[in-house]
Amino acid sequence: MAGSEYVTCFPEVREPLLNLKGGPGKNKRLLPAPFDTSGAHDLPGTRDLPDLPDVSEVETVRHFTRLSRLNYGIDHGMYPLGSCTMKYNPKITEEIAARLAPIHPADTEAMEPVLKRLAQLQDHLGKICGMDACSLWPAAGAHGELTGMMVISSALKSRGEHRRTVLIPDTAHGTNPASCTIAGFATKAIPSGKKGYLEASILRQHLDQDTAALMITNPNTLGIFEQEISAIAGLLHENGSYLYMDGANLNAIMGITRPGDMGVDCMHVNLHKTFGTPHGGGGPGSGPVLVRKDLEPFLPTPRIVCNGSGAYVLEEEPYPESIGKVHSCLGNVSVCIKALAYILSLGPRGLREAATTASLNALYLKNRLKKLFDLAYETPTLHEFVLSDTLQKEGGVTTMDLAKALMDFGFHPPTVYFPLVVAGALMIEPTETEPLEELDRFVRAMENIAAMSREEPEKTHESPLAAPVFRVDEVWAARNLTLTWPDKRIQPEEKGI
Amino acid sequence: MSYISHNGEDLRRILHAIGIEHPDEVFSTIPPALRCGADLAVEGPKDEESLRRELDFRPSRVVFAGGGIYCHHIPAVVGALASRQEFLTAYTPYQPEISQGTLQAIFEYQSMMAGLTGMEVSNASMYDGATALAEAALMALRIKGIRRVAVTRAMQPSYRSVLKTYLAHAEVDGIVEIPFDRATGQTELDALAASVGPDTAFFIQNPNYFGVIEPMEQVARAVSNTAGFWGVAVTEALSLGILKAPGEYGPDVVLGEAQSFGNPPGAGGPLLGFFCTRKKHVRRMPGRVVGLTKDREGSQAFCLTLSTREQHIRREKATSNICTNQGLCALRAAIYLSAMGPEGLKKTALQCAAGARFLKGLLMDKGIAPVFSAPVFHEFVIPMLEDRLNELKSTGIVPGVLVSGQYPEIPGSVLVTVTEMNTQEECRWLAANM
Repeated sequence: MAGSEYVTCFPEVREPLLNLKGGPGKNKRLLPAPFDTSGAHDLPGTRDLPDLPDVSEVETVRHFTRLSRLNYGIDHGMYPLGSCTMKYNPKITEEIAARLAPIHPADTEAMEPVLKRLAQLQDHLGKICGMDACSLWPAAGAHGELTGMMVISSALKSRGEHRRTVLIPDTAHGTNPASCTIAGFATKAIPSGKKGYLEASILRQHLDQDTAALMITNPNTLGIFEQEISAIAGLLHENGSYLYMDGANLNAIMGITRPGDMGVDCMHVNLHKTFGTPHGGGGPGSGPVLVRKDLEPFLPTPRIVCNGSGAYVLEEEPYPESIGKVHSCLGNVSVCIKALAYILSLGPRGLREAATTASLNALYLKNRLKKLFDLAYETPTLHEFVLSDTLQKEGGVTTMDLAKALMDFGFHPPTVYFPLVVAGALMIEPTETEPLEELDRFVRAMENIAAMSREEPEKTHESPLAAPVFRVDEVWAARNLTLTWPDKRIQPEEKGI
Repeated sequence: MSYISHNGEDLRRILHAIGIEHPDEVFSTIPPALRCGADLAVEGPKDEESLRRELDFRPSRVVFAGGGIYCHHIPAVVGALASRQEFLTAYTPYQPEISQGTLQAIFEYQSMMAGLTGMEVSNASMYDGATALAEAALMALRIKGIRRVAVTRAMQPSYRSVLKTYLAHAEVDGIVEIPFDRATGQTELDALAASVGPDTAFFIQNPNYFGVIEPMEQVARAVSNTAGFWGVAVTEALSLGILKAPGEYGPDVVLGEAQSFGNPPGAGGPLLGFFCTRKKHVRRMPGRVVGLTKDREGSQAFCLTLSTREQHIRREKATSNICTNQGLCALRAAIYLSAMGPEGLKKTALQCAAGARFLKGLLMDKGIAPVFSAPVFHEFVIPMLEDRLNELKSTGIVPGVLVSGQYPEIPGSVLVTVTEMNTQEECRWLAANM
């Protein structure tokens, strides 16, 4: 056992909930007060003092700083979450996006250069994807899926057709069927072939006059390129159905191949995956939608247009076939500007190099790890691959144990138990920005865990030992639903609470 | 600029381990016909100074603009703490043992939002207020017997638009708009009573789009026993610092926009949708939610919970498709509320209300009366032609948001907003240049 690789945790103060800190009169903040408030007492229906924590500035800073130290971020180390593309987030993009902060969207003069850059991002995403038109307003990937499926629904209606079924391969993200349901479709899962990709012959059996679209992720969540994608697109188009592509894994192919050339009609991209914007611990992300020319009329409003005098403006009309608005304003504008800065920073060759290196890094890990862990599919993969706990399970060690054990070596675990087609899946995506030394450190950690699983399997059940808390009881949380703060903290001696 | 760390020796080692000679061999499974023949026609690569120079955005001028997105003071601690990489570059907290920072902060956000709105639970955030409204309508339509949606015409126009977009693809018997009184700017109570029944989910915005405070006691009396479901939208979260918690009127949901809590206007986004409801509806609630729990040793801990409602478990039967939401914006709201405290939030809300009254007084002195007579929070509609609005914008002051474009029945009208960021001097300048 190479115990020396365990991370040691500098002792942190266990931080209580904010409502247990401070007390009346602790907050001494001096606030802007330009007006005489005596005239404001005509307000009807006023309240008592809001029930909020009363803490000093220092207590606020200590509280959130201590909380931050209980987290793991990409600047700490590798974050190999499959299909999440946790790559390094360049600092310069943050600095540039911060310049947007004071601009109110009603300030048309200040907005003009912003719109010009958003138009440039639409153009560049179109070129990267080989698509004709783009809308930046969806605020996340799943929002992009929903917007895209609404576009397809409206296009079908305008053709006078009422196709209701969307086919989704069994390797798809859970958001795909959920988005289809909200867009008013029924979904049908179809099996991908034995080789881990969808075969045109399988698709053919499921196509009928009710098929609205196929929703496919390419490369898929096994990291495998959908090799029959052109034939699949042909079959769908012949049948009057659309091909929707979930662009979650675009990082693997940008600059190498374009969805538009594969026959994709509509797709979304995740700026917070492929284009290096931070995930923020759960957003804000951004999920622009891209379409071919024939679907452009259905894209959401407003549209960015360049008017007669060369200025960029927003237009709400006339777009009678548009699905309408999907966001109260302009989506996650600053995320879009970060993504543009990222694209400009890398340039065309840099994007291609990123895609190539993402696959190189993944293949390097796969080749070193496949001797120790079961590899789910033999088919060549690109930027990610899926292992399973088949070899470790005999000793009673599960994917969950393997994931938690990785924390004790200072890593965020891979995506676990997904895709659903692999029992006990561990889906690993290192991304292009991991240094070779970090990949090697990950391999050593996995080697240690494989050895531990053989020699002391019971030890893996206890992991993590070096994380800020021991293994968290998620079942207890669901059974004893507490979603707002209680009056006192749970103490180790009060296990029964 | 490249963010790849490998040098030539690293690359040779990697290629050797994989067993290939050239990096492009990794793409052997992509059919040649699909391969890009040439470099993409995108700009770059650019160095950092070029990016700084080219992506230069003009700073905003003096603004009296609101209408759902507001300019408020943000204490310096908000940006300093929220930009810590541990928060900024983390993923959604699926692995609770190494995500306690995000989880506890979001739990605190939920607690404070539930407290401010007077509701029992809050989710972890929504994309924005408009999608929060649309999701609330979808949630209501999943309750047996509810088939129609009614919304006040004084609800922010973009919210009604997004609602319409979402409901166009749902099973619903129609959307009814409840008119407002042309003199007061408040929702017409008679029309409200006539349009709402047990099959209806009803939504009202307070303060409404015109800044007018709705007669909430009467509204609650009119709908609480008749509507199948009802909700209050709050597009200016800062109003919660001084106005009675909407939950006290008894709605099923309180939702809206909390951008004002520590998030800048940001050229229109990211925004911060919030969604609060009653415990009885919690399993129907859209979006992520953080719950309190304990670890193996019994110590306090937090994790995402109620995931059996969610898309990764329930797939097509999920209560919503939301995955990534606005986590960092919710964190900023939590830090903001911690920095402001109860007195700070109340004082700032009062400053906004006082500022609006100060400007209104200056305008009245010049003979310019507001379009509506009912009391407002911090914004009000004044008569102003679109041309004049644009003229003033070109002089370096944004007097407000055009209303007549969305409300042809109020021609030549602009919504003017005053916050603690405006000064008396700015108000005098605006009044002098009307």
